[in-house]
Amino acid sequence: MKKLSLIPVLLVGILLIYASKDFPEWGDPSSPASKSPLSSHFIANTGVDTEVPNMVTAVLGDYRGFDTMFETVVVFIAGMAVLAILKNSDNKKSGKREFEVDAEPDIIVTNTVRLLVPVIQIFAFYVLAHGHVSPGGGFQGGVLMGASFILVALSWDLDTALARFPLGRCTIVAGAGIILYGGIGLLSMFLGGEFLDYAELANVFPVSREMARYYAILGVEIGVGLTVTAIMFSLYANLSTEGRLKGGL
Amino acid sequence: MFEGGGIINELFIERLNYLIYVVLLLIGLHAMIAKNNLIKKLIGMSIFQTAIILFYVSVGVKEGATIPIYLPEHDPHGSHASHSDGNETEQSNHGPVVLDAELVKGYSNPLPHVLMLTAIVVGVATLGLALALCLRIYQGYGTIEEDEILAKIEKQEMRSNPSDVLKSADSSKQATSRSAKSVSKPKVSSPRSSKRSKASPKTKAKATSPTTKAKTSGTKPVSPKRKAAASKSTTTGSKKSPAKPKTAASKSTTKAKPKPRAKPKAKPTARAKAKSTAKKATASKPKPRTPKK
Repeated sequence: MKKLSLIPVLLVGILLIYASKDFPEWGDPSSPASKSPLSSHFIANTGVDTEVPNMVTAVLGDYRGFDTMFETVVVFIAGMAVLAILKNSDNKKSGKREFEVDAEPDIIVTNTVRLLVPVIQIFAFYVLAHGHVSPGGGFQGGVLMGASFILVALSWDLDTALARFPLGRCTIVAGAGIILYGGIGLLSMFLGGEFLDYAELANVFPVSREMARYYAILGVEIGVGLTVTAIMFSLYANLSTEGRLKGGL
Repeated sequence: MFEGGGIINELFIERLNYLIYVVLLLIGLHAMIAKNNLIKKLIGMSIFQTAIILFYVSVGVKEGATIPIYLPEHDPHGSHASHSDGNETEQSNHGPVVLDAELVKGYSNPLPHVLMLTAIVVGVATLGLALALCLRIYQGYGTIEEDEILAKIEKQEMRSNPSDVLKSADSSKQATSRSAKSVSKPKVSSPRSSKRSKASPKTKAKATSPTTKAKTSGTKPVSPKRKAAASKSTTTGSKKSPAKPKTAASKSTTKAKPKPRAKPKAKPTARAKAKSTAKKATASKPKPRTPKK
Protein backbone atom coordinates (compact mmCIF):
# COMPACT_ATOMS: atom_id res chain seq x y z
CA MET A 1 0.00 0.00 0.00
CA LYS A 2 2.72 2.40 0.98
CA LYS A 3 4.91 1.50 -1.97
CA LEU A 4 1.91 1.61 -4.27
CA SER A 5 1.02 5.11 -3.16
CA LEU A 6 4.50 6.28 -4.07
CA ILE A 7 3.72 5.79 -7.75
CA PRO A 8 1.03 8.50 -8.10
CA VAL A 9 2.92 10.72 -5.66
CA LEU A 10 6.12 10.58 -7.65
CA LEU A 11 4.18 10.98 -10.87
CA VAL A 12 2.62 14.16 -9.54
CA GLY A 13 6.04 15.30 -8.35
CA ILE A 14 7.64 14.81 -11.75
CA LEU A 15 4.79 16.66 -13.43
CA LEU A 16 5.00 19.55 -10.98
CA ILE A 17 8.78 19.83 -11.33
CA TYR A 18 8.39 19.73 -15.08
CA ALA A 19 5.72 22.43 -14.91
CA SER A 20 7.89 24.64 -12.73
CA LYS A 21 10.02 25.25 -15.81
CA ASP A 22 7.24 27.51 -17.06
CA PHE A 23 6.77 29.32 -13.78
CA PRO A 24 8.24 32.78 -13.39
CA GLU A 25 11.59 33.09 -11.71
CA TRP A 26 11.94 34.17 -8.12
CA GLY A 27 10.96 37.84 -7.75
CA ASP A 28 10.46 38.42 -11.44
CA PRO A 29 8.68 41.80 -11.71
CA SER A 30 7.16 40.85 -15.06
CA SER A 31 5.69 37.58 -13.83
CA PRO A 32 2.07 37.01 -14.85
CA ALA A 33 0.86 37.44 -11.28
CA SER A 34 2.56 40.80 -10.88
CA LYS A 35 1.96 41.98 -14.41
CA SER A 36 -1.77 41.30 -14.44
CA PRO A 37 -4.01 44.33 -14.81
CA LEU A 38 -5.86 43.28 -11.68
CA SER A 39 -2.84 43.56 -9.45
CA SER A 40 -1.74 46.87 -11.00
CA HIS A 41 -5.25 48.20 -10.61
CA PHE A 42 -5.29 47.31 -6.94
CA ILE A 43 -1.92 48.94 -6.36
CA ALA A 44 -2.69 52.05 -8.37
CA ASN A 45 -6.25 52.75 -7.32
CA THR A 46 -6.62 51.58 -3.74
CA GLY A 47 -5.69 54.96 -2.37
CA VAL A 48 -8.16 56.77 -4.60
CA ASP A 49 -11.00 54.32 -4.16
CA THR A 50 -10.89 53.68 -0.45
CA GLU A 51 -8.23 55.91 1.12
CA VAL A 52 -6.89 52.83 2.87
CA PRO A 53 -3.08 52.78 2.79
CA ASN A 54 -2.87 49.01 3.28
CA MET A 55 -3.78 47.45 -0.04
CA VAL A 56 -4.21 44.01 1.45
CA THR A 57 -6.89 45.28 3.78
CA ALA A 58 -8.62 47.18 1.01
CA VAL A 59 -8.63 44.16 -1.29
CA LEU A 60 -9.75 41.92 1.54
CA GLY A 61 -12.53 44.12 2.82
CA ASP A 62 -13.73 45.93 -0.24
CA TYR A 63 -12.65 44.64 -3.66
CA ARG A 64 -13.03 41.03 -2.56
CA GLY A 65 -15.57 41.70 0.16
CA PHE A 66 -17.92 39.02 -1.04
CA ASP A 67 -15.19 36.39 -0.85
CA THR A 68 -14.15 37.46 2.63
CA MET A 69 -17.73 37.39 3.85
CA PHE A 70 -18.13 33.79 2.84
CA GLU A 71 -14.73 32.88 4.24
CA THR A 72 -16.04 34.19 7.53
CA VAL A 73 -19.20 32.18 7.07
CA VAL A 74 -17.06 29.09 6.48
CA VAL A 75 -15.26 29.72 9.78
CA PHE A 76 -18.61 30.18 11.49
CA ILE A 77 -20.09 27.02 10.00
CA ALA A 78 -16.99 25.02 10.93
CA GLY A 79 -17.30 26.17 14.52
CA MET A 80 -21.01 25.38 14.66
CA ALA A 81 -20.39 21.98 13.09
CA VAL A 82 -17.82 21.15 15.76
CA LEU A 83 -20.36 22.11 18.40
CA ALA A 84 -23.00 19.94 16.77
CA ILE A 85 -20.72 16.95 16.25
CA LEU A 86 -19.37 16.85 19.78
CA LYS A 87 -22.47 17.96 21.65
CA ASN A 88 -24.24 14.61 21.85
CA SER A 89 -21.18 12.49 22.39
CA ASP A 90 -21.91 9.78 24.91
CA ASN A 91 -18.80 10.62 26.86
CA LYS A 92 -20.74 13.19 28.84
CA LYS A 93 -22.02 10.77 31.43
CA SER A 94 -18.67 9.33 32.38
CA GLY A 95 -16.98 11.79 34.64
CA LYS A 96 -13.26 12.15 34.45
CA ARG A 97 -11.07 10.56 31.86
CA GLU A 98 -8.33 8.32 33.18
CA PHE A 99 -5.44 10.57 32.39
CA GLU A 100 -6.97 13.62 34.05
CA VAL A 101 -5.46 14.67 37.34
CA ASP A 102 -6.46 17.22 39.88
CA ALA A 103 -3.72 19.78 39.87
CA GLU A 104 -3.76 23.23 41.34
CA PRO A 105 -2.92 25.93 38.81
CA ASP A 106 0.71 26.85 39.16
CA ILE A 107 1.17 30.21 40.86
CA ILE A 108 4.02 31.35 38.61
CA VAL A 109 2.17 30.41 35.46
CA THR A 110 -1.12 31.99 36.48
CA ASN A 111 0.49 35.23 37.59
CA THR A 112 2.50 35.49 34.38
CA VAL A 113 -0.63 34.88 32.37
CA ARG A 114 -2.51 37.41 34.49
CA LEU A 115 0.02 39.98 33.34
CA LEU A 116 0.19 38.76 29.75
CA VAL A 117 -3.45 38.42 28.84
CA PRO A 118 -4.36 42.13 28.93
CA VAL A 119 -1.31 42.92 26.82
CA ILE A 120 -2.27 40.25 24.31
CA GLN A 121 -5.82 41.54 24.15
CA ILE A 122 -4.75 45.15 23.67
CA PHE A 123 -2.37 44.00 20.97
CA ALA A 124 -5.25 42.13 19.35
CA PHE A 125 -7.31 45.31 19.29
CA TYR A 126 -4.32 47.19 17.90
CA VAL A 127 -3.84 44.65 15.12
CA LEU A 128 -7.54 44.78 14.35
CA ALA A 129 -7.88 48.56 14.34
CA HIS A 130 -4.52 49.27 12.74
CA GLY A 131 -5.16 46.89 9.87
CA HIS A 132 -5.71 49.89 7.64
CA VAL A 133 -2.24 51.33 7.91
CA SER A 134 -0.08 48.37 8.93
CA PRO A 135 -0.14 44.62 8.51
CA GLY A 136 -3.15 43.33 10.38
CA GLY A 137 -6.87 43.03 10.22
CA GLY A 138 -9.84 41.14 11.47
CA PHE A 139 -8.53 37.62 10.98
CA GLN A 140 -5.22 38.26 12.71
CA GLY A 141 -6.73 40.28 15.53
CA GLY A 142 -9.44 37.69 16.04
CA VAL A 143 -6.95 34.86 16.28
CA LEU A 144 -4.88 36.81 18.82
CA MET A 145 -7.96 37.52 20.87
CA GLY A 146 -9.04 33.90 20.80
CA ALA A 147 -5.51 32.86 21.77
CA SER A 148 -5.71 35.02 24.89
CA PHE A 149 -8.76 33.09 26.07
CA ILE A 150 -7.09 29.80 25.21
CA LEU A 151 -4.10 30.90 27.29
CA VAL A 152 -6.39 31.47 30.26
CA ALA A 153 -7.90 28.02 29.75
CA LEU A 154 -4.47 26.44 29.57
CA SER A 155 -3.01 28.10 32.64
CA TRP A 156 -6.00 27.81 34.98
CA ASP A 157 -8.55 25.39 33.62
CA LEU A 158 -11.32 25.47 31.11
CA ASP A 159 -13.97 26.41 33.67
CA THR A 160 -12.15 29.64 34.46
CA ALA A 161 -12.01 30.59 30.82
CA LEU A 162 -15.61 29.54 30.22
CA ALA A 163 -16.73 31.68 33.16
CA ARG A 164 -15.32 34.68 31.33
CA PHE A 165 -16.47 33.65 27.86
CA PRO A 166 -19.29 31.09 28.05
CA LEU A 167 -19.95 28.95 25.04
CA GLY A 168 -23.41 30.36 24.57
CA ARG A 169 -21.92 33.82 24.35
CA CYS A 170 -19.35 32.43 21.92
CA THR A 171 -22.11 31.41 19.57
CA ILE A 172 -23.84 34.75 19.88
CA VAL A 173 -20.62 36.70 19.29
CA ALA A 174 -19.76 34.57 16.27
CA GLY A 175 -23.21 35.11 14.82
CA ALA A 176 -23.04 38.81 15.61
CA GLY A 177 -19.84 39.08 13.58
CA ILE A 178 -21.53 37.58 10.53
CA ILE A 179 -24.57 39.79 11.03
CA LEU A 180 -22.38 42.87 11.33
CA TYR A 181 -20.62 41.98 8.10
CA GLY A 182 -23.78 41.13 6.22
CA GLY A 183 -25.61 44.06 7.80
CA ILE A 184 -23.10 46.56 6.46
CA GLY A 185 -23.50 44.94 3.06
CA LEU A 186 -27.28 45.02 3.24
CA LEU A 187 -27.30 48.60 4.51
CA SER A 188 -25.29 49.74 1.53
CA MET A 189 -27.69 47.81 -0.67
CA PHE A 190 -30.73 49.50 0.84
CA LEU A 191 -29.09 52.88 0.38
CA GLY A 192 -29.11 52.40 -3.36
CA GLY A 193 -25.84 50.66 -4.14
CA GLU A 194 -24.95 47.06 -4.64
CA PHE A 195 -24.42 44.51 -1.90
CA LEU A 196 -21.22 45.41 -0.01
CA ASP A 197 -20.78 48.62 -2.03
CA TYR A 198 -19.86 50.69 0.98
CA ALA A 199 -19.65 54.03 -0.83
CA GLU A 200 -23.41 54.49 -0.47
CA LEU A 201 -23.01 54.75 3.28
CA ALA A 202 -21.86 58.31 2.62
CA ASN A 203 -25.53 59.17 2.16
CA VAL A 204 -26.25 58.71 5.85
CA PHE A 205 -22.91 59.36 7.49
CA PRO A 206 -21.21 62.73 7.24
CA VAL A 207 -18.14 61.50 5.39
CA SER A 208 -16.95 61.41 1.82
CA ARG A 209 -17.62 58.35 -0.31
CA GLU A 210 -14.01 57.21 0.00
CA MET A 211 -13.96 57.64 3.75
CA ALA A 212 -17.27 55.75 3.93
CA ARG A 213 -15.45 52.81 2.40
CA TYR A 214 -12.62 53.33 4.87
CA TYR A 215 -14.90 53.12 7.88
CA ALA A 216 -17.04 50.34 6.42
CA ILE A 217 -13.92 48.21 5.94
CA LEU A 218 -13.14 48.78 9.61
CA GLY A 219 -16.66 47.65 10.53
CA VAL A 220 -16.34 44.60 8.36
CA GLU A 221 -12.99 43.73 9.93
CA ILE A 222 -14.52 44.03 13.38
CA GLY A 223 -17.22 41.59 12.30
CA VAL A 224 -14.60 39.16 11.05
CA GLY A 225 -12.63 39.60 14.26
CA LEU A 226 -15.65 38.82 16.44
CA THR A 227 -16.44 35.65 14.55
CA VAL A 228 -12.86 34.41 14.48
CA THR A 229 -12.35 35.14 18.20
CA ALA A 230 -15.43 33.22 19.23
CA ILE A 231 -14.87 30.30 16.90
CA MET A 232 -11.19 29.88 17.84
CA PHE A 233 -12.06 29.67 21.50
CA SER A 234 -15.06 27.39 21.03
CA LEU A 235 -12.97 25.10 18.83
CA TYR A 236 -10.42 24.78 21.61
CA ALA A 237 -13.02 24.33 24.32
CA ASN A 238 -14.83 21.60 22.41
CA LEU A 239 -11.87 19.71 21.07
CA SER A 240 -9.85 19.64 24.26
CA THR A 241 -12.71 18.12 26.28
CA GLU A 242 -14.44 16.01 23.62
CA GLY A 243 -17.46 18.27 23.89
CA ARG A 244 -18.02 17.87 27.64
CA LEU A 245 -16.69 21.35 28.48
CA LYS A 246 -15.38 20.10 31.79
CA GLY A 247 -11.84 19.46 32.87
CA GLY A 248 -9.90 19.38 29.66
CA LEU A 249 -6.21 19.82 29.20
CA MET B 1 14.09 18.95 -19.47
CA PHE B 2 16.05 22.01 -18.44
CA GLU B 3 18.50 23.17 -21.07
CA GLY B 4 21.38 25.51 -20.42
CA GLY B 5 22.32 25.79 -16.79
CA GLY B 6 21.68 22.15 -16.07
CA ILE B 7 18.88 20.64 -14.10
CA ILE B 8 20.55 20.76 -10.71
CA ASN B 9 21.63 24.35 -11.03
CA GLU B 10 18.25 25.40 -12.34
CA LEU B 11 16.29 23.51 -9.73
CA PHE B 12 18.34 24.15 -6.63
CA ILE B 13 19.37 27.73 -7.14
CA GLU B 14 17.03 29.56 -9.46
CA ARG B 15 13.84 27.71 -8.66
CA LEU B 16 14.44 26.56 -5.14
CA ASN B 17 11.08 27.88 -3.99
CA TYR B 18 9.29 25.64 -6.47
CA LEU B 19 11.38 22.67 -5.43
CA ILE B 20 10.52 23.20 -1.78
CA TYR B 21 6.86 23.60 -2.55
CA VAL B 22 6.81 20.45 -4.65
CA VAL B 23 8.60 18.45 -1.96
CA LEU B 24 6.25 19.68 0.76
CA LEU B 25 3.26 18.96 -1.43
CA LEU B 26 4.45 15.44 -2.11
CA ILE B 27 5.07 14.77 1.58
CA GLY B 28 1.53 15.87 2.31
CA LEU B 29 0.05 13.92 -0.58
CA HIS B 30 1.88 10.75 0.37
CA ALA B 31 0.76 11.07 3.98
CA MET B 32 -2.84 11.54 2.87
CA ILE B 33 -2.75 8.47 0.64
CA ALA B 34 -0.55 6.01 2.48
CA LYS B 35 -1.14 6.61 6.18
CA ASN B 36 -3.83 4.60 7.90
CA ASN B 37 -4.09 6.82 10.94
CA LEU B 38 -6.64 9.58 10.41
CA ILE B 39 -4.67 12.09 12.46
CA LYS B 40 -1.61 11.44 10.33
CA LYS B 41 -3.76 12.01 7.28
CA LEU B 42 -4.78 15.37 8.71
CA ILE B 43 -1.15 16.25 9.38
CA GLY B 44 -0.48 15.41 5.75
CA MET B 45 -3.33 17.67 4.71
CA SER B 46 -1.86 20.52 6.73
CA ILE B 47 1.55 20.03 5.15
CA PHE B 48 -0.12 20.05 1.75
CA GLN B 49 -1.83 23.30 2.64
CA THR B 50 1.47 24.81 3.74
CA ALA B 51 2.93 23.90 0.37
CA ILE B 52 0.13 25.72 -1.42
CA ILE B 53 0.58 28.78 0.79
CA LEU B 54 4.32 28.79 0.10
CA PHE B 55 3.63 28.55 -3.61
CA TYR B 56 1.26 31.52 -3.61
CA VAL B 57 3.48 33.70 -1.49
CA SER B 58 6.57 32.90 -3.53
CA VAL B 59 4.72 33.78 -6.72
CA GLY B 60 3.73 37.10 -5.18
CA VAL B 61 7.33 38.14 -4.57
CA LYS B 62 8.49 41.03 -6.72
CA GLU B 63 12.11 42.08 -7.01
CA GLY B 64 12.78 45.57 -5.69
CA ALA B 65 9.28 46.00 -4.35
CA THR B 66 8.14 46.74 -0.84
CA ILE B 67 5.16 45.39 1.07
CA PRO B 68 1.76 46.34 -0.37
CA ILE B 69 1.25 49.26 1.99
CA TYR B 70 1.60 52.79 0.64
CA LEU B 71 4.75 54.66 1.50
CA PRO B 72 4.15 58.03 3.17
CA GLU B 73 4.48 59.92 -0.11
CA HIS B 74 1.72 57.84 -1.72
CA ASP B 75 -0.35 57.47 1.41
CA PRO B 76 -3.79 59.01 0.93
CA HIS B 77 -3.43 60.41 4.44
CA GLY B 78 0.21 61.26 4.00
CA SER B 79 -0.78 64.89 3.88
CA HIS B 80 -1.14 64.79 7.65
CA ALA B 81 2.59 65.29 7.91
CA SER B 82 2.34 68.67 6.23
CA HIS B 83 -0.88 69.51 7.97
CA SER B 84 0.91 71.74 10.44
CA ASP B 85 1.59 74.19 7.63
CA GLY B 86 -2.11 74.85 7.42
CA ASN B 87 -1.77 75.33 3.69
CA GLU B 88 -4.93 74.00 2.05
CA THR B 89 -3.55 73.86 -1.47
CA GLU B 90 -0.51 71.88 -0.46
CA GLN B 91 -2.70 69.37 1.33
CA SER B 92 -4.78 68.77 -1.75
CA ASN B 93 -1.57 68.17 -3.68
CA HIS B 94 -0.80 65.34 -1.32
CA GLY B 95 -4.25 63.84 -1.71
CA PRO B 96 -4.84 60.39 -3.16
CA VAL B 97 -3.72 59.97 -6.73
CA VAL B 98 -3.74 57.05 -9.10
CA LEU B 99 -0.22 55.68 -9.18
CA ASP B 100 1.43 55.47 -12.57
CA ALA B 101 3.04 52.30 -13.89
CA GLU B 102 6.52 53.10 -12.62
CA LEU B 103 5.30 53.50 -9.06
CA VAL B 104 3.16 50.38 -9.29
CA LYS B 105 6.38 48.39 -9.74
CA GLY B 106 7.47 49.48 -6.29
CA TYR B 107 4.75 47.53 -4.50
CA SER B 108 4.40 43.78 -4.42
CA ASN B 109 1.23 42.06 -5.47
CA PRO B 110 -1.41 42.22 -2.69
CA LEU B 111 -3.65 39.54 -4.14
CA PRO B 112 -1.71 36.39 -3.08
CA HIS B 113 -1.41 37.78 0.42
CA VAL B 114 -5.14 38.33 0.65
CA LEU B 115 -5.93 34.86 -0.61
CA MET B 116 -3.50 33.16 1.76
CA LEU B 117 -4.56 35.32 4.70
CA THR B 118 -8.08 33.97 4.53
CA ALA B 119 -6.92 30.48 3.58
CA ILE B 120 -4.86 30.15 6.75
CA VAL B 121 -7.71 31.01 9.09
CA VAL B 122 -10.23 28.94 7.18
CA GLY B 123 -7.70 26.12 7.19
CA VAL B 124 -7.51 26.26 10.98
CA ALA B 125 -11.30 26.17 11.27
CA THR B 126 -11.67 23.25 8.89
CA LEU B 127 -8.83 21.42 10.62
CA GLY B 128 -10.74 21.84 13.88
CA LEU B 129 -13.81 20.38 12.22
CA ALA B 130 -11.79 17.43 10.95
CA LEU B 131 -10.35 16.82 14.40
CA ALA B 132 -13.85 16.88 15.87
CA LEU B 133 -14.90 14.25 13.36
CA CYS B 134 -11.87 12.16 14.33
CA LEU B 135 -12.84 12.45 18.00
CA ARG B 136 -16.33 11.27 17.20
CA ILE B 137 -15.02 8.38 15.14
CA TYR B 138 -12.79 7.40 18.04
CA GLN B 139 -15.74 7.50 20.41
CA GLY B 140 -17.79 5.37 18.07
CA TYR B 141 -15.26 2.78 16.95
CA GLY B 142 -12.49 2.94 19.53
CA THR B 143 -9.83 3.47 16.90
CA ILE B 144 -8.68 5.96 14.33
CA GLU B 145 -6.88 3.47 12.14
CA GLU B 146 -8.67 3.46 8.84
CA ASP B 147 -8.45 -0.28 8.10
CA GLU B 148 -9.74 -1.23 11.54
CA ILE B 149 -12.67 1.16 11.17
CA LEU B 150 -13.53 -0.30 7.77
CA ALA B 151 -13.41 -3.83 9.17
CA LYS B 152 -15.72 -2.83 12.00
CA ILE B 153 -18.16 -1.12 9.65
CA GLU B 154 -18.25 -4.21 7.46
CA LYS B 155 -18.98 -6.39 10.46
CA GLN B 156 -21.78 -4.09 11.56
CA GLU B 157 -23.40 -4.10 8.17
CA MET B 158 -23.29 -7.86 7.99
CA ARG B 159 -24.93 -8.13 11.38
CA SER B 160 -27.57 -5.46 10.88
CA ASN B 161 -29.11 -6.72 7.64
CA PRO B 162 -28.60 -10.44 7.10
CA SER B 163 -31.27 -10.49 4.37
CA ASP B 164 -29.04 -8.45 2.13
CA VAL B 165 -26.28 -10.87 2.77
CA LEU B 166 -28.58 -13.75 1.91
CA LYS B 167 -29.31 -12.24 -1.46
CA SER B 168 -25.65 -12.08 -2.26
CA ALA B 169 -24.94 -15.44 -0.72
CA ASP B 170 -23.82 -16.94 -4.02
CA SER B 171 -21.35 -14.22 -4.63
CA SER B 172 -20.18 -14.34 -1.07
CA LYS B 173 -19.52 -18.07 -1.38
CA GLN B 174 -17.04 -17.22 -4.04
CA ALA B 175 -15.74 -14.61 -1.71
CA THR B 176 -15.28 -17.21 1.00
CA SER B 177 -13.13 -19.32 -1.25
CA ARG B 178 -11.18 -16.27 -2.21
CA SER B 179 -10.71 -15.13 1.35
CA ALA B 180 -9.81 -18.66 2.39
CA LYS B 181 -6.91 -18.39 -0.01
CA SER B 182 -5.97 -15.08 1.45
CA VAL B 183 -6.05 -16.58 4.91
CA SER B 184 -3.72 -19.37 3.89
CA LYS B 185 -1.35 -16.90 2.32
CA PRO B 186 0.62 -15.91 5.41
CA LYS B 187 2.22 -19.23 6.05
CA VAL B 188 3.64 -18.36 9.42
CA SER B 189 0.24 -18.25 11.08
CA SER B 190 -1.45 -20.81 8.88
CA PRO B 191 -1.85 -23.59 11.47
CA ARG B 192 -3.43 -21.16 13.88
CA SER B 193 -5.84 -19.77 11.35
CA SER B 194 -6.85 -23.23 10.23
CA LYS B 195 -7.64 -24.01 13.83
CA ARG B 196 -9.66 -20.88 14.03
CA SER B 197 -11.55 -21.75 10.89
CA LYS B 198 -12.55 -24.97 12.54
CA ALA B 199 -13.50 -23.30 15.73
CA SER B 200 -15.35 -20.29 14.45
CA PRO B 201 -18.31 -21.99 12.75
CA LYS B 202 -19.16 -23.60 16.06
CA THR B 203 -19.15 -20.33 17.87
CA LYS B 204 -21.22 -18.87 15.11
CA ALA B 205 -23.77 -21.64 15.48
CA LYS B 206 -23.97 -20.94 19.17
CA ALA B 207 -24.25 -17.25 18.70
CA THR B 208 -27.07 -17.19 16.21
CA SER B 209 -30.28 -18.91 17.08
CA PRO B 210 -30.34 -22.30 15.41
CA THR B 211 -34.01 -21.97 14.38
CA THR B 212 -33.35 -19.33 11.78
CA LYS B 213 -31.34 -21.13 9.21
CA ALA B 214 -31.35 -18.16 6.98
CA LYS B 215 -29.46 -16.23 9.58
CA THR B 216 -26.79 -18.82 10.05
CA SER B 217 -26.28 -19.09 6.35
CA GLY B 218 -26.29 -15.35 6.26
CA THR B 219 -23.64 -15.02 8.89
CA LYS B 220 -21.45 -17.61 7.26
CA PRO B 221 -19.73 -15.20 4.96
CA VAL B 222 -18.94 -13.05 7.95
CA SER B 223 -16.54 -15.48 9.47
CA PRO B 224 -13.96 -15.69 6.70
CA LYS B 225 -13.83 -11.94 6.45
CA ARG B 226 -13.32 -11.54 10.14
CA LYS B 227 -10.70 -14.21 9.96
CA ALA B 228 -9.01 -12.44 7.14
CA ALA B 229 -8.98 -9.25 9.15
CA ALA B 230 -7.70 -11.09 12.19
CA SER B 231 -4.94 -12.80 10.27
CA LYS B 232 -4.02 -9.47 8.74
CA SER B 233 -3.82 -7.91 12.11
CA THR B 234 -1.61 -10.71 13.37
CA THR B 235 0.75 -10.23 10.49
CA THR B 236 0.82 -6.48 10.87
CA GLY B 237 0.86 -6.76 14.61
CA SER B 238 4.42 -7.92 14.55
CA LYS B 239 5.37 -4.72 12.80
CA LYS B 240 3.33 -2.28 14.82
CA SER B 241 3.56 -3.11 18.45
CA PRO B 242 1.02 -0.47 19.69
CA ALA B 243 -1.68 -1.91 17.46
CA LYS B 244 -1.27 -5.31 18.98
CA PRO B 245 -3.29 -5.14 22.19
CA LYS B 246 -6.33 -3.69 20.44
CA THR B 247 -6.49 -6.32 17.77
CA ALA B 248 -5.87 -8.95 20.35
CA ALA B 249 -8.76 -7.52 22.32
CA SER B 250 -11.13 -7.81 19.41
CA LYS B 251 -9.88 -11.31 18.81
CA SER B 252 -10.29 -12.41 22.37
CA THR B 253 -13.77 -10.97 22.67
CA THR B 254 -14.90 -12.74 19.55
CA LYS B 255 -13.27 -15.92 20.71
CA ALA B 256 -13.95 -16.18 24.37
CA LYS B 257 -17.54 -15.01 24.40
CA PRO B 258 -19.61 -16.52 21.64
CA LYS B 259 -22.54 -14.11 21.50
CA PRO B 260 -21.73 -10.59 22.68
CA ARG B 261 -19.40 -8.76 20.40
CA ALA B 262 -18.00 -5.42 21.41
CA LYS B 263 -20.69 -2.82 20.99
CA PRO B 264 -19.84 -0.03 18.59
CA LYS B 265 -20.40 2.61 21.24
CA ALA B 266 -17.92 1.32 23.74
CA LYS B 267 -17.19 3.61 26.64
CA PRO B 268 -13.54 4.40 27.27
CA THR B 269 -13.63 2.66 30.62
CA ALA B 270 -15.03 -0.47 29.04
CA ARG B 271 -12.38 -0.19 26.38
CA ALA B 272 -9.68 0.11 28.98
CA LYS B 273 -11.01 -2.98 30.69
CA ALA B 274 -10.99 -4.83 27.41
CA LYS B 275 -7.41 -3.74 26.92
CA SER B 276 -6.36 -5.01 30.29
CA THR B 277 -8.07 -8.32 29.69
CA ALA B 278 -6.47 -8.46 26.31
CA LYS B 279 -3.07 -8.08 27.90
CA LYS B 280 -3.83 -11.03 30.10
CA ALA B 281 -5.06 -12.92 27.10
CA THR B 282 -1.90 -12.23 25.19
CA ALA B 283 0.12 -13.41 28.15
CA SER B 284 -1.67 -16.76 28.10
CA LYS B 285 -2.48 -17.06 24.47
CA PRO B 286 -3.44 -20.67 23.88
CA LYS B 287 -5.72 -20.79 26.90
CA PRO B 288 -8.91 -19.22 25.57
CA ARG B 289 -8.58 -21.06 22.31
CA THR B 290 -8.43 -24.61 23.65
CA PRO B 291 -11.92 -24.86 25.10
CA LYS B 292 -13.37 -23.69 21.79
CA LYS B 293 -11.85 -26.63 19.99
